Amino acid sequence: MRAVSVEEAVAMIPTGASLMVGGFMGVGTPERLLDELVRQKKSNLTIISNDAATPGKGVGKLFDATLVSRLTATHIGLNPKAQQQMLTNQVAVDLIPQGTFAERIRAGGSGLGGVLTPTGVGTLVAEGKRQIEVDGKPYLLETALRAQFALVHAFLADYLGNLSYALTSRNFNPVMAMAADTVIVTAEHIVPVGVIAPDHVMTPAPLVDYLITNSNG
Amino acid sequence: MDAQEIIARRVAQELKPGNLVNLGIGIPTLVANYVSPDLKVFFQSENGLIGTGPIPEQGLAHPLLTDAGGRPISALPGASTFDSAMSFALIRGGHVDVTVLGGLQVDAGGHLANWMIPGKMVPGMGGAMDLVAGAKRVIVAMQHAAKGKSKIVKQCNLPLTSSRAVSLVVTDLAVIGFPDGKAALIETAPGVSVGEVMAVTEAELVVGDSVPEMKI
Repeated sequence: MRAVSVEEAVAMIPTGASLMVGGFMGVGTPERLLDELVRQKKSNLTIISNDAATPGKGVGKLFDATLVSRLTATHIGLNPKAQQQMLTNQVAVDLIPQGTFAERIRAGGSGLGGVLTPTGVGTLVAEGKRQIEVDGKPYLLETALRAQFALVHAFLADYLGNLSYALTSRNFNPVMAMAADTVIVTAEHIVPVGVIAPDHVMTPAPLVDYLITNSNG
Repeated sequence: MDAQEIIARRVAQELKPGNLVNLGIGIPTLVANYVSPDLKVFFQSENGLIGTGPIPEQGLAHPLLTDAGGRPISALPGASTFDSAMSFALIRGGHVDVTVLGGLQVDAGGHLANWMIPGKMVPGMGGAMDLVAGAKRVIVAMQHAAKGKSKIVKQCNLPLTSSRAVSLVVTDLAVIGFPDGKAALIETAPGVSVGEVMAVTEAELVVGDSVPEMKI
């Protein structure tokens, strides 16, 4: 793990990159990284995120600045700008069930080719997918999902990069921290090694590539 | 009692002590208002919480403790938090006893459509498809009709949420179940006759010799 400024971290992300962004309706989203993506005008992004949050919040900021060209998400109903950009074909949107979204990312970070899920069998979601029977029950084959970068927000990060999360801001952050080539983390608090007890580490340090330094220290 | 209250009160009667319950948005959210704390029902929020409590008082909200819509909530003593893979493993894995969801249409075979209206409303399915695929019991809480049109239809013409049939539908006029895969009228709302329900229902309903009224 290397500690870097938010400007340095975002400078490493090329235009057109694929990014997994943690958060659920903007809760548990690394806002400082998103603000910097907007400031450095990183465009043509492929975003993998549970939702499009709302204008001005979380990944919603990327839609405000029209930096997104592809989105994989489960629900965008609370962001009218993202909906508009989907309807006018500015953004290609792939909407998938939330449990499938979580498991495809988990598979991507766990060395699995995909997962078999009963969710979506017999619906529009099944179109173009392989259906496989196991013990007489039908499942869809849902393939693994990975990205070049995961942008993760933790509650605590220690000097080595061990992470823990708070309350409902955990959501997709731990699975995304497993499923990208490069993992960049912001944290509410950066603390000395040992403050997060081994039993309370939710993302082990070796998974974290870059920790954004706090501006006040 | 208004239509929503009739529905919410009747659905609340379906929840048993110790159940793990997931409530969808809209009318289903109201169900929690009619569940006694003595029942020790656990409510799950799909964004990673079991033990959701009421909206906190002004000034006491925590920015990292929210419901699936991103609004502040509280957590009751004994609550637990987890990541989204765990949250949906609970849902898909049959660990959720009851889910209560809103509906656009339910057909005579118990199939639910509640996630999109092609060309008009394409917000995404969120957690709905996993909930219908995996919860032990799926209860639909919705108005019986919208703009004079029955929402209990012969066959859904909107895209289905799941090929799995729901367990029960509770409306402002009736309770409908699906024994043997066919829609059956189980109860009528207070003051509503069987004939009145049949008149505003597009799907054929199996009707027994005597249909009791909801006790709410």
